[in-house]
Amino acid sequence: MKMKLFSYNLVDTYVHRLSGLTKLICFLLLTFAVMFSYDIRVLIFVLAFSLWILRISLIKYKQIRLMVIYVAVFLITNAIIAYLFAPEYGVDLYGTRHELAHILGRYSITQEQMFYQMTKLIKYASVIPLGIIFLLTTNPSEFASSLNGVGVHYKAAFAVELTLRYFPDVQREYHDISQAQQARGLELSSKTKLGTRFKNSLQIIIPLIFSTLDRIELISNAMDLRGFGKQKKRTWYNQRRLTKEDVLAIVVSVAIFLFTIAVSVFVNHSRFYNPFI
Amino acid sequence: MTSKPIISFKNFTFQYYSQAEPTLYDINLDIYPGEKILIVGPSGSGKSTLGHCLNGLIPFSYKGNSTGSLTINGQETRELDIFTLSKIIGTVLQDADGQFVGLTVGEDIAFAMENDCVDTDTMRKRVKDVSAMVDMDKLLTSSPFELSGGQKQRTSLAGVMIDDVDVLLFDEPLANLDPKTGKVAIEIIDDIQKQSQKTVIIIEHRLEDVLHRNVDRILVIDEGRIIADKDAHNLVSSSVLLDTGIREPLYVTALKLAGVSVKPEMLPGHISSIQTKEVAMDVRNWFNAQVKASPEKEGSSLLTMEKVSFSYDGVVPILKNINFDIAEGEMVAIVGKNGAGKSTVSKVLCGFELEDEGRVLIRGEDIRNMTIRERAETIGLVMQNPNQMISKPMIYDEVALGLRLRGVPEEEIEPRIKKVLAVCGLAPFIKWPISALSYGQKKRVTIASILVLEPDILILDEPTAGQDYRHYSEIMEFLVRINRLGVTVIMITHDMHLMLEYTPRSIVLAGGEIVADTSASAVLTDADIIEKANLKVTSLFNLAQMVGIPDETAFVQSFIDVERRLRDHEDEAVQL
Repeated sequence: MKMKLFSYNLVDTYVHRLSGLTKLICFLLLTFAVMFSYDIRVLIFVLAFSLWILRISLIKYKQIRLMVIYVAVFLITNAIIAYLFAPEYGVDLYGTRHELAHILGRYSITQEQMFYQMTKLIKYASVIPLGIIFLLTTNPSEFASSLNGVGVHYKAAFAVELTLRYFPDVQREYHDISQAQQARGLELSSKTKLGTRFKNSLQIIIPLIFSTLDRIELISNAMDLRGFGKQKKRTWYNQRRLTKEDVLAIVVSVAIFLFTIAVSVFVNHSRFYNPFI
Repeated sequence: MTSKPIISFKNFTFQYYSQAEPTLYDINLDIYPGEKILIVGPSGSGKSTLGHCLNGLIPFSYKGNSTGSLTINGQETRELDIFTLSKIIGTVLQDADGQFVGLTVGEDIAFAMENDCVDTDTMRKRVKDVSAMVDMDKLLTSSPFELSGGQKQRTSLAGVMIDDVDVLLFDEPLANLDPKTGKVAIEIIDDIQKQSQKTVIIIEHRLEDVLHRNVDRILVIDEGRIIADKDAHNLVSSSVLLDTGIREPLYVTALKLAGVSVKPEMLPGHISSIQTKEVAMDVRNWFNAQVKASPEKEGSSLLTMEKVSFSYDGVVPILKNINFDIAEGEMVAIVGKNGAGKSTVSKVLCGFELEDEGRVLIRGEDIRNMTIRERAETIGLVMQNPNQMISKPMIYDEVALGLRLRGVPEEEIEPRIKKVLAVCGLAPFIKWPISALSYGQKKRVTIASILVLEPDILILDEPTAGQDYRHYSEIMEFLVRINRLGVTVIMITHDMHLMLEYTPRSIVLAGGEIVADTSASAVLTDADIIEKANLKVTSLFNLAQMVGIPDETAFVQSFIDVERRLRDHEDEAVQL
């Protein structure tokens, strides 16, 4: 039984060939760019760019369907709540008010609010494909070395790798323990009350913690015995040397990042693009 | 041995801070370069502590006080740290799976070099060379889930050899391995030692399995002291093994049963070296004098699997057309290598998974529509590791858990718990916390917590895993007693001794199919089944051939019968 946290799919595309470090750097640069800018033109450009990358990395919709659904639900809820709490935020922001329709009390639909919320939606939506690309095209073995490459301490980076290594084991163990406890009469289905269910799930968690502690003792001994933590730094077997392709990817990402900043500074003179004046 | 010892203990005593008494007393021991040493001893004898002192886990991870001296390469270990020691002594821990640090074989082998900041190119080259030594160079990108037990062992070995250490220390390398993989592991260790001339120290209690290949010296540790330091021939001829509760090789036991006095001149240390010409007659006479036990009469049918097939994904079949019938009061072993479908059988029986085809019957009734909980009234499952089951701090509450969940009134619970704890030999501990118990006692608590639900069938997953001979015997004797009370016992195992001594019947699975359903003596003398189920030929079979007994299976069966009769005798004596 093979269970994977997220399915890294091994195909040979430009994106897969990039080293994990490159992908992480590009991901961070583009994410910063998107987070910084509230210019819908720039955001649409980045969104289109990231969808294009998603396409060339041959990720199938099937693999990401669940994630896409979750994200869509989150974005829509977020938009509705934002509107309910601050229906006039766009008006404050852009300094004009073009009302389209009045709903009730202080709630009305304005062009400014719609434009602001649309900008925000696209902003979030353009980060998601980037994250998906990074997760699905990076070999799990390269995560730790890439994190370490961008300055995360190697011990923290290794904790990430170990989590990836042991997640399937712990998941399987959880499953086994849960079945054995159910055989003793533990009810976990939705038939019982929430409180009881919580109490019952403890009866799986406690054995899981104890058997996981056994595991941790073993692995930390194994690591000590092979010199983990001896030096201030360490090298990585799976680190790939940066190629021309990596340089290209980084150059493009830096360009997009600088372009975004430039648009804000020289064109908009603010983080926001204001079409209303 | 004219060279200086590489490891030297002088009046060495060690005591953990958490213990009232020292774990090692006054150890004096010299180990020379190139030697191959086996350290045996029962659980709690101090043999693992000795290993920890060598590799630096003591005092790095486990704290305590030591007196006397322990030098490695002439340096006092107190002045060395665990990292320096790890460059001299490479340790392979038990449980190759748990110590797999990397996400792939290559990464795992490279781990020590990564920590030394070796650059990537040098590292890759070295990993390639070392992995070729253990025959893993084709699998460098495989993940641990894709490897067999033997391949994991090879990977662990490569991971410590990458440092070019002088001493290889194996801490219970055979624990959790099936018999065939264990045999291969011993061969790998031996071949590597011959090639590299490194000093090898093996800590293990499965003596006969290690003696599959030669070792120079065997140290027996008991209660913190070295009580014997002999070669294999002298050791098995002495009474040390019996006195310390370490299982002697089966062929030696058989010879003794036949009235042969085993002497060092017979070279009895290994089944491959023993000379039996002079005693062959005695063994044959003993065998011919044995009365063949009549097969035990069968009870009525209790549990039946009829043409059961199962697959997790609908593509790869896990169980194919499984048919068996288990009678009331039987004691059966289900054996097979990892992935053969053993655990899936128990999952289908308990209702965790539902068969795709076929029927599961209890007393002739199809249980397809019974829920996990309903089935649990009839079938109880005990998991391998007691820590996987125990969720309450107190013994009483743990055993009461299943009853309370079923809504049994408290006044009815108490007498039932008292009764079951008495059966399990835990009556004095009724008010104790679980943390005060030993591993074997915890195991019994988990069995008690299932028995209290009064199932007709008890399924145990690897009941003897990781137990030394003494605890193993305790648990098995206990299960026999339960079985005599009328509970049908099914054990999922790859422990050959368990099969030989305790279960009259073995169901052997391979590739999801039943390849044998017969007595252990027939299974363990059939080369074809042995190969399919990752078992190995019992040394009794070799002995029978050596002394010229043509029906090896009958010889093994006689041995089993005599042993069982002797045990029953002892049991009765104890009860009187």
